This record gives sequence, structure tokens and C-alpha cells, in this order.
Amino acid sequence: MSEIGASILAWTIPAVTAVLVLSVAMGVLRLIKGPTPPDNVVALDLVGTIFAGIIAVHAIRTGEPVYIYASLVLGLVLFLGTVAIGYYLERGVGR
Amino acid sequence: MKDLLVAITLWAGAAFTFLGALGMLRMPDVYMRLQASTKAGTLGVSCVMLAAAIHFADLHVAVRALLVIVFLFLTAPVAAHIIARAAHYTRVRLWEGSVMDELGEKRRKPTSAASLPPAPGVPPVTDKHA
Repeated sequence: MSEIGASILAWTIPAVTAVLVLSVAMGVLRLIKGPTPPDNVVALDLVGTIFAGIIAVHAIRTGEPVYIYASLVLGLVLFLGTVAIGYYLERGVGR
Repeated sequence: MKDLLVAITLWAGAAFTFLGALGMLRMPDVYMRLQASTKAGTLGVSCVMLAAAIHFADLHVAVRALLVIVFLFLTAPVAAHIIARAAHYTRVRLWEGSVMDELGEKRRKPTSAASLPPAPGVPPVTDKHA
């Protein structure tokens, strides 16, 4: 049973990583294409969130739980950046 | 058994994240893109974090992974609200097929308190002099 489970993870982790990277590519496409500045901010937020997920998958693959910290810090910084950009978008700086 | 559970959770997270990114690419409007990204994306990454918590089977790691989930669930609605508000205030257009824009109506004609109907149970002011 444990061999079957190990083989499941052996092909699941690269496939899940591929799906997540494809999602990042779609988000980057919207980031390039987005007609308005809020589109870019939303796309960047999604890309950063998916990167946190990719880091977690990498932690599972390497067996190093330290990467969870990187995921946590990435989420924190992403939220602060989104709030700052939203604040300055609403204030109208740079228009 | 544990690896099977981890694989199922990972696939659920990948599916939700992919659907969120697909909505991000295909939705016609900033606001619809925002809801696709902030709901499906957050749920997908939370599923991946849950997979990490199950895989390591350690209290410290699980607490940190659940902390990431709690943090995502706390910050994603706030960030989405801020971005949607900024987009609406900088006059980003809604999709032509949108049927409701309550914030836009409120900003176009601000309703005063006198024009609102009286609260139930409170007698109207004119009854006092009648």
C-alpha cells in the first residue's frame, strides 16, 4: 500500500506543478494584456498567490518544511503590496 | 493512505487554481476577474497548503500551513475589496451585460435620510400634530 501511495505522489507532484505553472502563465498573460491598472494588480495578486502554492508543492517534493515559511512571507508581502497599490490607485497618483 | 490523501488534496488545489486562472483570463470585466481570482485562487492555494500540512504530519509544520490558510482567508477579501473600490472610483467600466451597479447609483444620486421610508414601528412625524 505504501509503495502504491509513493508512486501516486511521484507522478502527482510534477503534474500538479505543471498545472500551477500553466495557471501562472495565464495570469501573466492577463498581466500583460490587462487594459486598466486594476487588471494588472489583480493579475499580479493571483500570480503571487499561485507562487505561494508552488512553493508549498516544492516543500512537499523536497521534504523540507522550511519552505512553508517562504510561502507565509510571500503571502504577507503580497497583501501589503496589493493594499498599497490599491490605496494609490484610489488616490489617483500618477494619472 | 496518507500519500493518497495528499495527492487528492493536491489535485483539488491544482483544479481550483487552474479554474481561477482561467476565469482571470476569460472573464470580461475587472470585477468578474477579481471574484474569479480571489475565490478560486485562494481556495486552490489553501488546498495545496492543506496537502503540505497532511504530508509532513508534524504539529509545528501543520500549524504554520494552517496559519498560511487563515492568513489567505483573512487578507484575500480585504485586498479584493480595496482593488474593486479603487477600480470603481477610477471609473473602470463595467461589462455591458452587467445588471446591477448599486455603488454607482449611490454615487450618482446620494439619497438623503428624509427621502427614505420610515422604519417599521415608528409613527410618522405628522401624527404628532394631528
